[in-house]
Amino acid sequence: MKNKDVNFEDIVGRYLSITVDDEVFRIYAEESGEGIPLICLHTAGSDSRQFRHMLNDKEFTKKYRVIAFDLPWHGKSNPPEGYHLKEYKLTTDLYKKIIMSFCKAYKVDNPVIMGCSMGGRVVLHLALEQSKFFRAVIALEGSDKLEAYYDLDWLHRPDVHGGEIQAAFVSSQIAPQSPVNYRHETLWHYMQGGPGVFKGDLYFYWHDGDFEDRSSLIDTKLCPVYLLSGEYDCSCTPERTKATAQRIIGSKATIIPGTGHFPMSENPELFKTYIKPVLEEISKL
Amino acid sequence: MQSINNWITRVNSNKRLVHRGRWVNLTFTFGIDDHDFLIKINNGVITSIKKRTVLTQSGTFRIHGKSEAWEKHWLKIPPKDYHDIFAMLAKKIIVIDGNLIPLMQNLQYFKDIIISNGASDF
Repeated sequence: MKNKDVNFEDIVGRYLSITVDDEVFRIYAEESGEGIPLICLHTAGSDSRQFRHMLNDKEFTKKYRVIAFDLPWHGKSNPPEGYHLKEYKLTTDLYKKIIMSFCKAYKVDNPVIMGCSMGGRVVLHLALEQSKFFRAVIALEGSDKLEAYYDLDWLHRPDVHGGEIQAAFVSSQIAPQSPVNYRHETLWHYMQGGPGVFKGDLYFYWHDGDFEDRSSLIDTKLCPVYLLSGEYDCSCTPERTKATAQRIIGSKATIIPGTGHFPMSENPELFKTYIKPVLEEISKL
Repeated sequence: MQSINNWITRVNSNKRLVHRGRWVNLTFTFGIDDHDFLIKINNGVITSIKKRTVLTQSGTFRIHGKSEAWEKHWLKIPPKDYHDIFAMLAKKIIVIDGNLIPLMQNLQYFKDIIISNGASDF
């Protein structure tokens, strides 16, 4: 094999176990780069592969230590022992505890946290409750509240293929302009989710994680908040992001034309032009 | 909107699309303004599209919207909220009712045969 046929990436993966509420979670995480820690949280029903472009981009990794991990039940992170005995429902409390336990395990100092979709929701909770710990939060496709527009039971029933329906649902959230290869890579992640996991995540995103009654309490002088949402996102719409930004005094909201709910994976080149100045600004804080 | 014959041809000549719909055997109703069309599918192949003439003719499920909405959906680059039938559903631009199980079992297939009537490459 000639060298030109081989391309090793800079991303390195590892496993760790953390204990939250007496349950042990075996977590898979990937990282690349050195500098300011940047913790990346994937969307509901997917995994950390969504951030591979950022993890491989030296323009980011020369200044940031980019870290992305799979939540338990997702990607290569296991569910805890006994998962088969109860229905998976991601609660706000568990989600926050897993993130903070992960950060503690990695011993990151004053990190930036960036989440997409449900990850973009939980970072708003963290901006309020962990304002001294985080240098800044970035909510991609983030809002403090959404309204359900389909019945979640479609996502987990024996007569409908879970992977197929998940991908078919979220394909509505990808912009038609996004490159076809990245569109289908983004959908592929959804086709691989475990039974009922996307549905369990949406319990947080559509119900338990509602935050519109507290988002106005965020002090952006203590923890700056950046919101970036895609024009074509029909879930966390630009209108919902703008409404959230109005409630969070001092937050900075940007609508990205021509992309959808998965900017970092459906159109990484376009996303880079919008996230780069945000990360530049945060690095100078 | 293309002609009905072109719509049928675009779907049936797309081998990958027909393959994905190989388990679909039904008739569904597709509504544009006050007009309903009965789209009959056999093993993923559209065998006929006929205008509904009496109310006793019906499909397993019905997808209905206004002509202006479908025209936007069928543009090469549809505007936001019109780019996908579930985006249209979220904004209440279209209505879906009836027995939704076969629709959900083959959702991407049905999305793709509907958008096949437009100019996008999907």
